[in-house]
Order: sequence, then C-alpha cells, then structure tokens
Amino acid sequence: MFVCGSICGAAVDFLSHRVCLSSPSQQRPNMFPKGTKRKFSDPAEEPASSGDPGPAAPPPAARTLSSSYSLQRQSLLDMSLIKLQLCHMLVEPNLCRSVLIANTVRQIQEEMTQDGTWQIMTQALAAAQCPADRLVATEVLCRQTEPGAQAGQSPKPFPVVGLEEGYHSEEVVMEGEVETEVTMSTLSPQLSSSSYLAGPFGMDPCWDEEDEDGDCEEEEEEEEEEEEEEEEEDEEEEDSEECMSEADEADRDHLSADSRTGEQVFGTFEIKHPTPPPDPALEELFSDVDPSYYDLDTVLTGMQSTPKMGPYDLLESLSSHAPTALSSSASCRSDLNELDHIMEIIVGS
Amino acid sequence: MWCFSQVKGAIDEDVAEADIISTVEFNYSGELLATGDKGGRVVIFQHEQESKNRPHLRGEYNVYSTFQSHEPEFDYLKSLEIEEKINKIRWLPQQNAAHFLLSTNDKTIKLWKISERDKRAEGYNLKDEDGRVRDPFRITSLRVPVLMPMDLMVEASPRRIFANAHTYHINSISVNSDHETYLSADDLRINLWHLEITDRSFNIVDIKPANMEELTEVITAAECHPHQCNVFVYSSSKGTIRLCDMREAALCDRHSKFFEEPEDPSSRSFFSEIISSISDVKFSHSGRYMMTRDYLSVKVWDLNMENRPVETYQVHEYLRSKLCSLYENDCIFDKFECCWNGSDSAIMTGSYNNFFRMFDRNTRRDITLEASRESSKPRATLKPRKVSTGGKRKKDEISVDSLDFNKKILHTAWHPKDNVIAVAATNNLYIFQDKIN
Repeated sequence: MFVCGSICGAAVDFLSHRVCLSSPSQQRPNMFPKGTKRKFSDPAEEPASSGDPGPAAPPPAARTLSSSYSLQRQSLLDMSLIKLQLCHMLVEPNLCRSVLIANTVRQIQEEMTQDGTWQIMTQALAAAQCPADRLVATEVLCRQTEPGAQAGQSPKPFPVVGLEEGYHSEEVVMEGEVETEVTMSTLSPQLSSSSYLAGPFGMDPCWDEEDEDGDCEEEEEEEEEEEEEEEEEDEEEEDSEECMSEADEADRDHLSADSRTGEQVFGTFEIKHPTPPPDPALEELFSDVDPSYYDLDTVLTGMQSTPKMGPYDLLESLSSHAPTALSSSASCRSDLNELDHIMEIIVGS
Repeated sequence: MWCFSQVKGAIDEDVAEADIISTVEFNYSGELLATGDKGGRVVIFQHEQESKNRPHLRGEYNVYSTFQSHEPEFDYLKSLEIEEKINKIRWLPQQNAAHFLLSTNDKTIKLWKISERDKRAEGYNLKDEDGRVRDPFRITSLRVPVLMPMDLMVEASPRRIFANAHTYHINSISVNSDHETYLSADDLRINLWHLEITDRSFNIVDIKPANMEELTEVITAAECHPHQCNVFVYSSSKGTIRLCDMREAALCDRHSKFFEEPEDPSSRSFFSEIISSISDVKFSHSGRYMMTRDYLSVKVWDLNMENRPVETYQVHEYLRSKLCSLYENDCIFDKFECCWNGSDSAIMTGSYNNFFRMFDRNTRRDITLEASRESSKPRATLKPRKVSTGGKRKKDEISVDSLDFNKKILHTAWHPKDNVIAVAATNNLYIFQDKIN
C-alpha cells in the first residue's frame, strides 16, 4: 500500500466539511512561503477571470466555487490517479477497485469540465509550452527554501509519497493562511504528466548512473518530484525521456504525440540543477521511444509488461471530452519492454 | 445473550499473511465449519457431541481436516502471479458418508471430497501387511480379508478441478438447488457448471464491453436462488442487483428483475458510487428475500419489489464523514460479507475494530459485539460495544478516531439451525453461541 500518510494527515472530507481522521504520520513542514504562492495565483487565475470560457462556458456561479472545494476535488483527483497507477503488480490489480476509482476520476473530470476548471487546466497546459514556464512552475513547487532549492542540494523534507501529494496536503493544512490554493491546485495539473510516478518511489538507478549532480539521493528525490510535476503538467503526452525511478516507471515514460523534445523535458529537471545541460546519454537512450498509450484494459487488468500512461492521458482515455487516439504503438512497446527489462536488471528487482 | 465459545488461531501479534482467514462457511447441517485462508489452505472444524458432563454447553468445534486446496500459480502470458487465497468455500449437500465442498481462488474452482476412514482391511492374499506383493508360490491357502478398526483418518482429495474458465478474478461460487450445477462469477462474467463436467461451462452472463475503456461496472457477487434452480442474482459495483431467469435465454444479459434504490440526492458525494458498491448478496433461507451489503449499510430486499429495499440497517454510519480518509487508505474498498440466521429473523455483518453487528428484523434491535482476545474467557458474555459519534464520549464507548481499521471483520457465518456464529478476525476464528439458560 502506498504511503498515504501525507494526504491523510490533512485530508478533509469535502462534502461534509468535517476533518477526517488524522493519521499519525509525519507533519509536513510549511514549505512554501506565502509570497511564493501568491505569485502564482495570478497567472492561473487569469484565464478564468479573463472570461475565456472555452468550449462550454461555465456559469458565472462556477467561478465562485469555493477554493477549498476545488482544492479538495483536485486532491481527490490526484489521489485517484495515483491509485490507478500504483499497481505494482505481481498480482493482477483488483478490477472492481480500479473501475470504481476510474469512475471517480471521470466524475471529477466531468464536474471540472462543467465548471470550467478543466478548460483552465487544459489551457494552462497548452500555454505552458516552453520550458521556461515549466521551469518556473516547478521551481516554485520544488524548493523548500530559496538557497537550498537553487542549489538543489538540500535534502528534501518532501514526503516519500511525492511532491504532488505532499503539496496538496500542504495546501490543505495551510488553507486558513493562504488564499491562493485554488491556483496552486490548478497549477499542479499543469505540470508534466508524461510519466506518472508510480509507486514506492524507489531508487532511481538511472539517475544514479548519470549522477548529474553528484548527489544521487537528492536527485532521486528531486527527480521524483519533478516526475510528478512533469506528469501533472502535460496532459497531452509529451516526451518524457527522463529516467524513471523504477523499472516500472520506465514503462510509464510516456511520450507524447506532439513530439516534445527530450531537452524540454530535461529542462524541467534543470530546475533542481539550474546549470547542467540535459544529459545527452539519457536523451539518446530515450530519443527513439515513441509515445505509448495504454488502454484501460491494461490499466484495469494489470498487464505489467505494457507501458503505462500518465494520469492525464488516462483521463483522456476515460472521458469523451478529450478523445485521444489511443493507438497502441506496438513498436514502441517492444522498445519500452526492452527498456523495462533493462531497468529491472539495473534495479535488481 | 451471546457468549464466547472458542477461538482458533495463533495468538501471536505478528500475523502471517498466509494465515489470514478469507472465507468461513458452515455446511448444511452445521456439523462442519470450513475456513479458507490466504495461504490456500482449508481447515474444517467438526462439531463434537455435547458432553454429558456439561449439558448446558453445546459441543465444541475441533479440527477435523486440514488440506492445501490451492497453490500459488503464475500466469506466464501476463507475467502475473495468481494468488492462492481461497475466495470462497461452498458446501454441497451431503448425499453419502463423504462431505463435498467447492473451494475457489481467483481462477480455479476445485471440488474436494472429505471422507473418513476408520477401518482397513487386513489379511490380503496377494500382498502382505506391508503391502509387498507376496510370492505366488508361497501362497498355500486362501483367506478372507477382515476389516479391522483403525484410528480415524480424514482424507481430503480433489475430485474435480474446474479451471481456465475465468479471465477475471472469481468473486463468488454458488451451488444450485438442483445439486448438480453451480455458478461461478468473476468481475465480468458468470459461468454455469455441471459438477461432473470440468472441461466445459456455460457462460450465462457477460458484461464485458467491447471496448474495455467503456467499462464502468463490474459484477461483485452472485448467488443461486435457494429453491428455484433457474433463478440467480448478481450484484454490481454500482449498487444494483439483477435477478435472472435461466429459462428465458441462454445468455442472461437481460435481467428479469432489476433492484436499485434511488440515490438520496442530499447525500451525494464523489464517494457515493463507491460506497454503493455491493460487496455481498445473500438470499434468505426462505427464498423470499435477499440481503445486500454495501459499504455503510445492509439492505433487505423483497424479491417482489424492485424499486427499494424493505429494510435498511446502518452498520457504521459514523464512517460517512471519514470517507475521504477511508478512500485514501483503501478501506473504502473493503468487501464485507453478511449472513442470515437459520430462521431469517436476524442478520449479521462485520465492521472495523473487530466489531460485528447483528440486527434483529422483528424487534429492530441491533447490537455491536467485539471479537477480541480480551473478551474471550470461556462462556463469558459478550458486552455490547458502542462507537461514540458525538463530541461527548461516554465511558466504555470508543471514539471513531480510535477505531483500528486494520482489524476488520469481513467474513462471518451463522449456523444454519442453532444460534452459533463464526467470526473471522484476521487470522483468528471466533465461535460464539447464544446462552441456553
């Protein structure tokens, strides 16, 4: 079972507005200075307030949707997507559970589509094309203290669960203090989605080998966060040629239809390591891996060998709102299988 | 007044995963009680006759037979393990001296014969006592073998193996009232088998969509009607129950009756669907009612009324405000079972913190009891438990936040005739009985 303490610690039951059981898990430190958050409230809010409704004009009332509800809904969405992905399968995952979670995700997505939040997210994703934007976004989300983050050296107090969840739980905890949660929550999905961090956020042998910054452990943790951000960011698949932390995650490196270059993807990693260029070796390793999608059958029935999509791709496959051609690229699957195999050997699983 | 009778299983705090009990079932007479565990083993307990010394006590259940029913397997095609966990055990009605039961894991159903041997033949002509063949030239006279008593030996042997019929995980098996056929249900399909034929089964329900991405509903449980061999029901993850008549069509994708309670719009949340998912469906012994268990409640349905249940019992309504946490830690997906007593006047189901609940349908009274080692003194009366929901916690009450969600009672069974219940608490089996006084 994945570490759920982070959200549990601060999860709020949304509709009844009562605080849920708080688990005895670690308390998240307040990582994001208020000022930082506020900075990001505006860009994300702008699309909403600028009056660009997208295809289905959300009713004005929707815009006044409580930020707390919206945040919680986002948190539930992310939690659900993690659950769908987290099946580190030795045994086939429980189909009933997967279907129920998938239905929950659909419901949230439908609701978000109706009140326009989905469009905001999609637009923001579309807008955040250039690495620079992403850089900024992830930088803010990643760093704990200014100097530490910049250096990319400080050990992360982030929960193992991953930035995404830790982040949201932070949001919830500080709800009273900062008004800009909505934006942060909508921001997070803007992060790259290509390869969703799966599971037990384990060691990343790839990074170990590459050892860009010389500190493997930090890189792994950082990379986990980045991966999460990345996955969140791009709901249309992008090249995520970064190396995932586990063999399975190599599968999940999900490469997009609109060929983003590895450089852009690696660009996001550069947040943590502001200066080093993308590793050419890594890029090459992943350069010819095509986007791979996986069909829900796979998700739900746990075909371990097939590569998996990032969460938002999953959403697209689930919803009719954003139909995606789920072409199963057999060729890339074999590549990814090989990759998977290599990763397994490296990881020694 | 329920009292503790026995507890089976290790006391050790450290529970081995393989020892976790995954199913409990009395046979038709109540003489035998079978349990299956995650390690693929079946343990059968037999009711001993009452002792003359203590007539006020019903007899105890002692181990009768233990055998390894299923072994872990590997699906090479999907590179996935197939768990050996026993999902369900169902007894066949007894027809001769031997006992038969069906046990199933995710993929394979097996018919086991449990027979006693308390005599053996001695004095064979062609082989000696060790079993060695005697030299024919040494045989000078004929003798008739004699049956001699021996220590009782209980043997379990697999008589039929029903394999390769389910792509998805088997969640239910149910013996038909004709005693010749049985059904097995997985997430998307239900098959009808003949007990004698292992290489063929009829697919009677198939809800797999052509495009798996359109899958939004799965089968969660299925059961044959206790008297009408052509009728069965199956429940879904969307809180619906379909009753099908096999006489209508070979493929019962179209239901005869559709049971669904309209949703209460005021309590709608993102978790509504998940908590409406039915984890168990059981016909009453009379065959007139059926009971369904969803996450927070148990509902009794009259088979003649499809639009709503006739009775609804809240099992642990105090969890409604905790659904988000329960979703996060996956407890919201726990599949609780439910059972009827022999006369259909009471129903029982499990909850968390090793609590289980009983509802009397006539008096509408309910009781919460706990299966714990602390209250396990011989013949000790079980004290009713209460979970405090409000701010003030009375003495002896337990607050919702103190509940142990790892201690869940998913499997319970009620003796078909007497007031004896078997409650599986993780790796321990508790047997309680109603005091006769």
